[in-house]
Order: sequence, then C-alpha cells, then structure tokens
Amino acid sequence: MSATQNLVGRPEPEPWLEPGHTYASVTDKIASAVLTRPLGIGWLAGFALTFTVVMVLFLAVAYLFVKGTGIWGINIPIGWGFAIVNFVWWIGIGHAGTLISAILYLLNQQWRTSINRFAEAMTLFAVACAGLFPLIHTGRPWMAYYMMPYPSTMGIWPQFRSPLIWDVFAVSTYGTVSLLFWFIGLLPDLATLRDRATKKWQQLIFGMLSMGWRGSARHWHRYQVAYLLLAGLATPLVLSVHTVVSFDFAIGIVPGWHTTIFPPYFVAGAIYSGFAMVLTLAIPMRAAYGMEGFITRRHLDQMAKVMLATGLIVAYGYFIEFFMAFYSGNKFDVFLANQRLHGPYAPFYFALILCNILTPQLLWFRSVRRNIPALFVISLVINTGMWLERFVIVVISLTRDFMPSAWGRYSATVWDYATFAGTLGLFTMLIFLFVRGLPAIAISEMRELVHQESHGSEAHS
Amino acid sequence: MSEQRSRIFGVMGEFSTPEALLAATKKARDAGYKHIEAYTPFPVEGLSDAVGFRGFRSNWVAVFTLIGGLGGGLTGFGLQYWVAAITYPMNIGGRPLNSWPAFIPVTFELTVLGASIFAVVSMLALNKLPQPYHPVFNVERFAQASTDKFFLCIEARDPKFDLSETSKFLQGLHAEHVNEVKDEE
Repeated sequence: MSATQNLVGRPEPEPWLEPGHTYASVTDKIASAVLTRPLGIGWLAGFALTFTVVMVLFLAVAYLFVKGTGIWGINIPIGWGFAIVNFVWWIGIGHAGTLISAILYLLNQQWRTSINRFAEAMTLFAVACAGLFPLIHTGRPWMAYYMMPYPSTMGIWPQFRSPLIWDVFAVSTYGTVSLLFWFIGLLPDLATLRDRATKKWQQLIFGMLSMGWRGSARHWHRYQVAYLLLAGLATPLVLSVHTVVSFDFAIGIVPGWHTTIFPPYFVAGAIYSGFAMVLTLAIPMRAAYGMEGFITRRHLDQMAKVMLATGLIVAYGYFIEFFMAFYSGNKFDVFLANQRLHGPYAPFYFALILCNILTPQLLWFRSVRRNIPALFVISLVINTGMWLERFVIVVISLTRDFMPSAWGRYSATVWDYATFAGTLGLFTMLIFLFVRGLPAIAISEMRELVHQESHGSEAHS
Repeated sequence: MSEQRSRIFGVMGEFSTPEALLAATKKARDAGYKHIEAYTPFPVEGLSDAVGFRGFRSNWVAVFTLIGGLGGGLTGFGLQYWVAAITYPMNIGGRPLNSWPAFIPVTFELTVLGASIFAVVSMLALNKLPQPYHPVFNVERFAQASTDKFFLCIEARDPKFDLSETSKFLQGLHAEHVNEVKDEE
C-alpha cells in the first residue's frame, strides 16, 4: 500500500470504518441500539409527532373514500394532480436504496456496507408511500383488484398494452423484490439479535424471524449465491421500474411528455432524489445513535459525488427537452417549452432549476461535501427540487395541451396537502420504528468489513 | 453405551479467527473426517470448499433461480398472449393482436419476480430453514457464533468419529474450547 502511495503521490484513502473496531465491538454497537438502549425523549417525541401526522393521513384518506376524488384539486383537463406527482417522487426516492444495495454490491464498493440496510428500509417505506397514491387516485380503491389479471365473471381482462398496467406489475414486483432482498440481508443479523437478546419476548420474536439461522458454511454458501443473484436481478429491475413510470408519460402524446429522453432522465432523477433522501436520513441518524464511526464523512462525501453526477444527467435531460422541442419545430412542443419559462407556473420551473441544477453545483467543492450541515441542507433542497420537477411535468403539460379551449389551471386543496404531508409522516414514522426495531446497519457485513480492513484490503475503491 | 452415544451429535471446537478455523477445517478433512460443519459470524472465503461443499450440488440455488426466471417469463408472456390474442381480443384499428413488443415490460417484470422468489425460497429450503431447533444451539458458547467466534463441528455420524479421539484431535488443532454437542432425543 505504501508503494502505491509513493507511485501515485497522494495520501492513502481514509478507512471506511473507524480504526480499532473488532467483530464484537461493531456487533455490540449496532445490536445495542435495538436490544438495550432505552427509549429516549427524542425518539418518543419524534415518534409521537410522526404518529400524529399519520393520523392526518388516515383522516384525509377516510374523507376521500367518503366524498371521492372531488375533494382534491383535480378536474379535467388536470386528472393527474398531486397523487401522480407524489407517486413518482416517492418511487424515485426508493431507487437509491436498491442502487446502494444491488448495484454498488455488484461493483464491489465497500462503502455501501454501512448504509445499505437503512437505504433498503427507506426503499420499502418509500414504495409503500408511492403505492398508496395510484391506489387512492383510482377513486374506487376497493375495486383496485380490477388491475390484476384474474378470471372475472364479467370475462374482462386488463389491457396489457397500457403503460398503466405495466406500472402495476413493475411497482408490485419492485416492492416484493425489495422486501425479499431486505429480509435476506437481515437474516444473519436477526440471528445475532436472537443470540444476544436477554428478554424473553425479544428472544421469541428474533428467534422466529431468524428462522434458525446458524451461520454454517453451507448456509453461507447458498446465502451468498442467493444474495448475488438477487443483486443481479434487482439491478435491471430498478432501471426498469422508473423506465416504466416514465412510460406512463412518454407513451402519451401530450406535449412535454412524448419524448424518448424520459426513461434515462427519470432513472437518473430517481437516483438523484434517492441519494438526497439517504443523506437526509443518514445525517441525523448517525448523530443520534453515535454511528459516526460507521457512516464516516467519506461516506457522505461519496454520496454527494453520486448526487452531483446524477444531478448533471438530470440537467442534461432538462436541456435536451428544450433542445428537442425547438429542433423538432413541433408547434405544440415549442409552445409548451415557452409555457415552462413564461406561463403561469414559471415560478415553479425556475425554482426547480435553482434546486436541481444550480444548488448542487456546490458539491464540486470538497469543503462543501465534507460540511455536514451544508450537505443536509443541500439534500433537502434537492428533495424539494425533484418534487417540483414532477409537478412541472404533470401540471404544465396537462394545463396546456393542444387546444386553448381545453386549457385549465390546477391548484391543490388542503386535502392534497394533508395526504402528501401524511405520507411524509408515515415514511418518517416507519423509519423511527425501524431504527429501534431492527439493526439499522448490516452487522454481518460490518464484521466482514472489519476482517477486510484488518487484512489490508485489496478492494479499496 | 450405544444409547448414550446416540445422544451425542458431535464435538465442537472454538476458534478466534477465520484463518484458524479455515486451517483447522482443512486439517480435519485431511485427517479423513467427512461429516464436518463450520459456523461463522460472516461468510469466510474458501470455508464451504473446505467442509466439502463443492461442485455442482453447491449451485442448486442458481439452478432454481434460473427455473423461476424462465417460469415467470413464460407465464408472463403466455398470459398476455392468451388474454390479448385469444380470450379477449380487441381489434384496434386492425393492429395485430399479438403485439409482442407491448408485452415485454410485464414479461420482464414477471421474469425478475419469479427468479427472485425462487432464489430466496430455494436458499431457505435447501438450508432447511426455518428450523428452530438444532443440536448445535445446545452448546452454550455457540451464542458467540453470531458475534465473533468461529466453530468447527465434527459430527457423530462420521464413521471416523470417536468421542475422546475426536475431542483430542480438535484440541490438537489448538481449538480454544472443545465441547460435546448433545442432541435431545
């Protein structure tokens, strides 16, 4: 290693793990957050607050079921309001979790180890929030099973040529595979918790969940085969999911939607917002649970670099949308591009440019990437920007399509905001439950990392 | 005597590092023991090979995953073809009923779904999980196997197994503790 240092002439990289950790110390630290740490006032207050917001969600959804989607701001021509904006936003957030757990695993990136578990949890919770929106947007959610192919007595079947049906399959597959991947990753850690639990009920619960895992060489062998295959399957899956989501728009002939740039630009945007959300969650969590030794500044720096790269792809997408509108000469596309800049929703568009293109340029500077409060603020700004992006795509196109007589305006009602805020509460509440109920960092993988770091790892990336 | 013997599942030696365990496992194989198993808190490279789990039979998870993927994909495409072209055909401007490019997304998703479910379920089933009871859990120190200790168990069903001989053999491999593993009848 010192030879490399001399040749390249730059200092050795910081380790991915605070030096001095042993197998037992990483296990203790992560397991104790679940098993022995008392419930602090901060956790209780946070849980109570988010639980209250979940009640707001229940209220908003219950009222929706009573009155119908008329309580929202949607009306023809704007049939897709907040529900679809929020759906795309949430599902995009989920994508970073799969990227971290699957793609970075295939690329042998060691820095994923300390963040993959809670990024996967974030994926699951985000997919749960996302899935809620199309369901309640149907207006008659008790008929949602109509979307599945089943031998109905009416003899009708879903239209498989429709991207909306592709969406049903993509999102439900994504949710299922994410859950399987997450559970497989948890299995050895649940066994660790079972063996360390001192209370009877903890032993029972973790004993059942761990399924009798005993870490034999044959177990691990099959486990690693299954994990690698799942990573390989989840990688094209995650790309396909947001591609299919973008097809919901791109297959339609509405100006501003009907472009081939949508799939790659949606996938990049998904990863961009997902990493922003990982940072938004990781920064408070590592401080609250003393995980700075596991989620180091170098991890945050690395995530900031991914955000910068995907942010630039997104910026390229915005540029190409404009370029293609004018290059095509299609008068509706040209008009829509002008509407983004000068129409009634222009402030949203400029806010989007500020949040998604200009602000992240700060991440070119190492001092910003290493400045934790600054990163936290930037991650919130990007999350906002990505929400605005979906708002701009959905609302501007629908309010300004082909004929002026079909133009309209959209503004959300208090119920739209209550539902959106409610899913934010649901997401945060699930995260609160997760950090106390399950190991938030993959313990067995951390032990492997201890092993690698202590043996002068060859895989420094 | 034979009755007492049937209650012994095996003998277990404890080690502190994966390297020590790997070396001991190889020596146990070289000494002619066939029914051995190693237990570790994280996957150790080369260990499954050392306990004799190698060759094609160690790859069944991959085979099942392939079967699941093919099954999912064929089901997905077959379902769509049957729905769109046979049982519920819709003539839209004279376009072909078997519009296969439009069926690719769902076919792909079901391929991934089938393969993933088969990967997970076959991993669990081949590992014989869930299995709440196993004799190795009777060893008190075995709780450390999920934290920082590494165990080698030579099982009683091995033809070469002899309680005192095998215990001595494990001690000779510098195991830090040697425990009998008892099975409840």
